[in-house]
Amino acid sequence: MSSTFKEWLFTTDHKRIGVLYLIGSTAAFVVAGIMALIIRLEQMDPGAQYVTAGTYNNALYFHGAAMILAFLIPGLTGFAANYFLPLMIGAPDVAFPRINAFSVWLFWVAIVLALLQTGIVAGGTAVDVMWTGYPPYSVDTAGNTSFYVFTVHLLGFSSILGAVNFMVTVIYMRAPGMGWNQLNVFVWTTVAAFVLQLIFIPVLAAAVTLLLFDKYLGTNFFNPYNGGDVLLYQNLFWFYSHPAVYVIFLPAAGIIMEIVATMGKNKVFNYKACIYGGVFGITAIGGEVWIHHLYVTGMPDWLRVGMMVTTLLISVPVGLYVMSMWGTLYKASITYNTAMMYAAACYYLVLLGGLTGIPLAMTSITVHMSETSFVHAHFHFIMAMFSTFAVFASVYYWFPKMTGRLADSMLSYLGFWLTFIGVNMTFWPLFIIGVDGMPRRYMDYEMFPQFASYHHISTYGALVVSAGVACMVINWVVSAFNGKPSPDNPWGSKSLEWTHCPNPPGPGNFPKPVTVSEDWTPYNYGK
Amino acid sequence: MRKVFKNLWGGALTTAFAVAMAAPALALEFDNPTEGWNILWHELVIDLVIIGTLFGGIALIWLFVYKAKNPNDHGQGPTLSTSSAIGWALIPAAVFMADDFFLAAKGWALWNTQRTVPEGAMEVKVRAERWAWEFDYGNGVVSDTLTVPVGQPVVLRMTAKDDPAGRDVLHSFGMPHFRMTEDVMPGRTTYIWFKATEAVDTVVTCREYCGDGHSSMYSTVSAKAEADFNQWMADELAALEDNGTKQTASVTVVGSGDKL
Repeated sequence: MSSTFKEWLFTTDHKRIGVLYLIGSTAAFVVAGIMALIIRLEQMDPGAQYVTAGTYNNALYFHGAAMILAFLIPGLTGFAANYFLPLMIGAPDVAFPRINAFSVWLFWVAIVLALLQTGIVAGGTAVDVMWTGYPPYSVDTAGNTSFYVFTVHLLGFSSILGAVNFMVTVIYMRAPGMGWNQLNVFVWTTVAAFVLQLIFIPVLAAAVTLLLFDKYLGTNFFNPYNGGDVLLYQNLFWFYSHPAVYVIFLPAAGIIMEIVATMGKNKVFNYKACIYGGVFGITAIGGEVWIHHLYVTGMPDWLRVGMMVTTLLISVPVGLYVMSMWGTLYKASITYNTAMMYAAACYYLVLLGGLTGIPLAMTSITVHMSETSFVHAHFHFIMAMFSTFAVFASVYYWFPKMTGRLADSMLSYLGFWLTFIGVNMTFWPLFIIGVDGMPRRYMDYEMFPQFASYHHISTYGALVVSAGVACMVINWVVSAFNGKPSPDNPWGSKSLEWTHCPNPPGPGNFPKPVTVSEDWTPYNYGK
Repeated sequence: MRKVFKNLWGGALTTAFAVAMAAPALALEFDNPTEGWNILWHELVIDLVIIGTLFGGIALIWLFVYKAKNPNDHGQGPTLSTSSAIGWALIPAAVFMADDFFLAAKGWALWNTQRTVPEGAMEVKVRAERWAWEFDYGNGVVSDTLTVPVGQPVVLRMTAKDDPAGRDVLHSFGMPHFRMTEDVMPGRTTYIWFKATEAVDTVVTCREYCGDGHSSMYSTVSAKAEADFNQWMADELAALEDNGTKQTASVTVVGSGDKL
């Protein structure tokens, strides 16, 4: 074993752990992306074309579970938070570096386990329970639901350890002099994400464990015939999995704010409203809206109408955050580069994803839209586009910090435009046919032959996205070794990770311990 | 301090305005869930297009207008005083909340229509199993397609197979034409109602993942003019007689005060 390999494998350095998270989550993204292509190609025309229903359903499961649990959450709260949160608060490392290393190991084991199920056991017992794993199907199926359960366990433990670690780090390891109102927006949004993880993951872990008991030990938690309840699982599952949307959305929104403030050299508009209204508000209400995933499950009428109100009210804290996002553009002095292009696109993506959520928040509208491709397009605008673009943007933005080189090139812009045009081609048609009743998760739609042309456009869009992502990944690899060398602070940022440590930072991060003055903020460009 | 109160007043007034706007919406009544859905959706699209154009337009303009003229320039964003910071939080919050309550009131009104089955509705029992639908009219007629009369409300009581021979999984009964979906589960009974206003042949599809045959689990919903429906029902009953199955009961009709 070469010493470099050993150094990386047994590292406790938060920056290397961050890079390990990035490599793992990018691998998950690529495999889950290939699954998305299988899904889109199969949906190109009515009828079965390339794969069997079993393979198709396995692709749906893997795409959903891997994109959310193995790409978005580790990409944002693993990679971005690990690498940059300690740098932003002026800390030499996280509070518990070895626990941090354990988190990334759990994450890697989960990735390997998830890939094993597609590679090895694909003969009839591949997991086919969607990323939601609803019983009784997940209990009855011949598919190996235990892979799903153990993957969730591993990633859940990994996240819980990360949550404790980062909350302690932010509370105790800020640079001397750094008050709560001087934290980067990204630090706040990440802490909020970790608070949600810590509160809600145990509920998900409990739900999938009960599933395991039902399937393999013969218990009857979810078996109505023996006195169990089929809806219990859905309640437990979404009690975690709706907040999980904010675990992803919040750090993504934090990254966009960092990039816009830096490239616009502008202070964050109405910082306190953004943090104490927006971020805190989302964290507070995020756990009281899960019934909107169960609007058509025969939950009591009063509950369905009550959670319609709480779900609509989410627009208040999200609106405050949006006011700050928009306000930060006002009188800015914007320099465009690849990171800023992705951030600018995110304004459009969050607007469209957010607005299409409003009808879905309304019970009486969702009784038609439920499980149509309108829902599918809506959450892809927030998850697959806004949050994914934020991950891509973060890599471009912090590329000089990680490698000492710039990743901006013709290829990076080409990658951006292809991806941006491709996602619009993929998901706009799905909004339209969703309103007309195209269901999600269908491999065949012979009852709706009139939708074929929309599916064609959507599939071509997915191919364009793949070309864009290929450009991007190739560009990252090439730039990491051959990119143009970057100055220490290429964007002229005021944030500590740029002003106080070299590219890339060595062990211990800061050559000299950092202290900040009372009037310092990461956004004081006027001074 | 006076300024702070001024802004608080602004927020309060906006909220009051929103409540005043929303109040009439509560009194709205839709007599047909399908038509109600279409009306509300149309209003929502207008609402969303206005908000989207406003915010999207502002972002687009600012992204162009505030392009750096000189790489060394820094942004000139305003420094907010305490009172204007509070104002910039409370007033937008009040406006968003106002729109929320306005929409919630409208959504609630339609929801009441969707959940209140009118008197005189014809009842059909729906039973789902992997991967087929079964419609039981209560008079001995059982079909794998749903046929309903135009003009008469129809209530569907739905459940999935749940017996010692084998418990089924979750399904969902989705009728895009009538803008109506509800899950169909083993061990639970759910209901929806709808009223066809014209003769139409349309589809019902399964909307909850139920395995390999999920996307082939669909059937026809056929709304027939009253005379045609009666003829169809008579034919079905005659076919039962021919098979030697005696007609056992008549089609169930929901009376006033029936608990659902």
